[in-house]
Amino acid sequence: MHMTNEASGAGPASAPPALGPGPVNITLTVNGQPHAVTVDPRVTLLDALRERLQLMGTKKGCDRGECGACTVHINGRRVLSCVTLAVMHTGGEISTIEGVAQGDHLHPLQAAFIDHDAFQCGYCTSGQIMSALALLEEIRRGEPSAATADVAVTSIPLSEDEIRERMSGNICRCSCYPQIVASVGQAGAATAAPVGGS
Amino acid sequence: MEPFVYRRATDPQQAIALLAADPQAAFIAGGTELVNWLKEGIAQPRALIDINGLRALATIDAGPAGLRLGALARMSEVAAHPAVRRAYPVIVEALVKSASAQLRNMASMAGNLMQRTRCPYFRADAALPCNKRTPGSGCASLRGRDRHAAIFGWSESCVATHPSDVAVAFAALDAVVHVRGPAGERMIPFEEFYRLPGDRPHDETTLHHGELITAIGVPAAPVAVRSHYLKVRERTSYEFALVSAAVGVDVDGTTIRAARIALGGVAPKPWRLRAAEAALAGRPFTARALRAALDVNAFAEARPRRENAFKVELARRTVVRAMIGLGATA
Repeated sequence: MHMTNEASGAGPASAPPALGPGPVNITLTVNGQPHAVTVDPRVTLLDALRERLQLMGTKKGCDRGECGACTVHINGRRVLSCVTLAVMHTGGEISTIEGVAQGDHLHPLQAAFIDHDAFQCGYCTSGQIMSALALLEEIRRGEPSAATADVAVTSIPLSEDEIRERMSGNICRCSCYPQIVASVGQAGAATAAPVGGS
Repeated sequence: MEPFVYRRATDPQQAIALLAADPQAAFIAGGTELVNWLKEGIAQPRALIDINGLRALATIDAGPAGLRLGALARMSEVAAHPAVRRAYPVIVEALVKSASAQLRNMASMAGNLMQRTRCPYFRADAALPCNKRTPGSGCASLRGRDRHAAIFGWSESCVATHPSDVAVAFAALDAVVHVRGPAGERMIPFEEFYRLPGDRPHDETTLHHGELITAIGVPAAPVAVRSHYLKVRERTSYEFALVSAAVGVDVDGTTIRAARIALGGVAPKPWRLRAAEAALAGRPFTARALRAALDVNAFAEARPRRENAFKVELARRTVVRAMIGLGATA
């Protein structure tokens, strides 16, 4: 545990430390780097990333778990950083859009978004890319979706139907969906080895 | 958001003791519901007890007698589990038709059962009458919009429906909810887990404060192997059900040996059609026999409201179409 107890409350003898109310010191590991931050327990992971760590690539759209703009990976799984608290993730490996490219070398999925012009305003794009990176892994692992005809079958094609269904948690108000679907399909075909980003 | 104390529990007994000792404490697992309630003021706990570290509650066990789905197993983990995919398709189909991939990676199975209604008056940004949210404040839906509301089981205090998909599958499969509290462990049959609203719509389950869901048990059965979840909604993906049906069938030749039917989107809890199931035993596995059983034994009891009479016919057709998906003939 990386937590310290700044405003301790009394509890049962075997109780774990009480964090808050008020500021607590925690360590978040983001893109492989540990960061010490001070947050109130009420602070979402999204706000901690943006406002404490200045990692502005992760976007705040709806702030209620509906739009997907805040998608990050925790321990390799795509999640919404707006509906989880920063204090809950002191032991997790958090990956954000800032960790996807290798220096100036874009990930094939990022390059595909440019090839296909898969954004206009770009506000949802980092969430789209983080979501799609995980999608490609989920399909490789043979995990079913609502577009999978037989949920017992573990060999799943990277079809347009599968991509659309699996990207439904990421909303694009510029409606670049056809280009996003094409980008994910291209990146999936181009990356025979497991994709990075997490 | 009101301030709270955060603690990370390290064993179930400790978590239960912490919750039981504080009437204003709440467990947090996936957080996909609770964090929104904190933001909206729907819930204002003084203490949060994070149970994500209780790894013994996160396992998925499948054996010849059935499944034991740990309370903290994530929706996506259950949906991807080979044994669940092989022998309980209705559970997998209900899960993958719920929420989004990101939310399914976060949301725990027990948290899914504890989610609350999507009634827009309950979730409103402004304070509107809602007996679930503020007991005694009235029901705005009763004289307002009720297209989304229940057609079975509602009361003058509340007309809301329960939003879970997988709970409908659990109801159809005679699941049990395993809970542990200060007084020990008990099992709650799935149909007794949710309360009907009556005059206490805020009191939604038969859980007591201080009890922790540890697992959901699902018995193995032929009706689970041959099962299906059909969800009717206003978008193809990432939307709650207008109406849904979890069905299972055990057929001997062309004759129904046993049928299971539960509906979602139509009642304050998953709505099991036991009388129709009983009427179907020994009948031919045909759409005609299904319609006859449903008309006499299920939808005669429906009490639609002003804007949702369509749900009666939609639910009837949803059940029949789900059974056609399992091989029912005309």
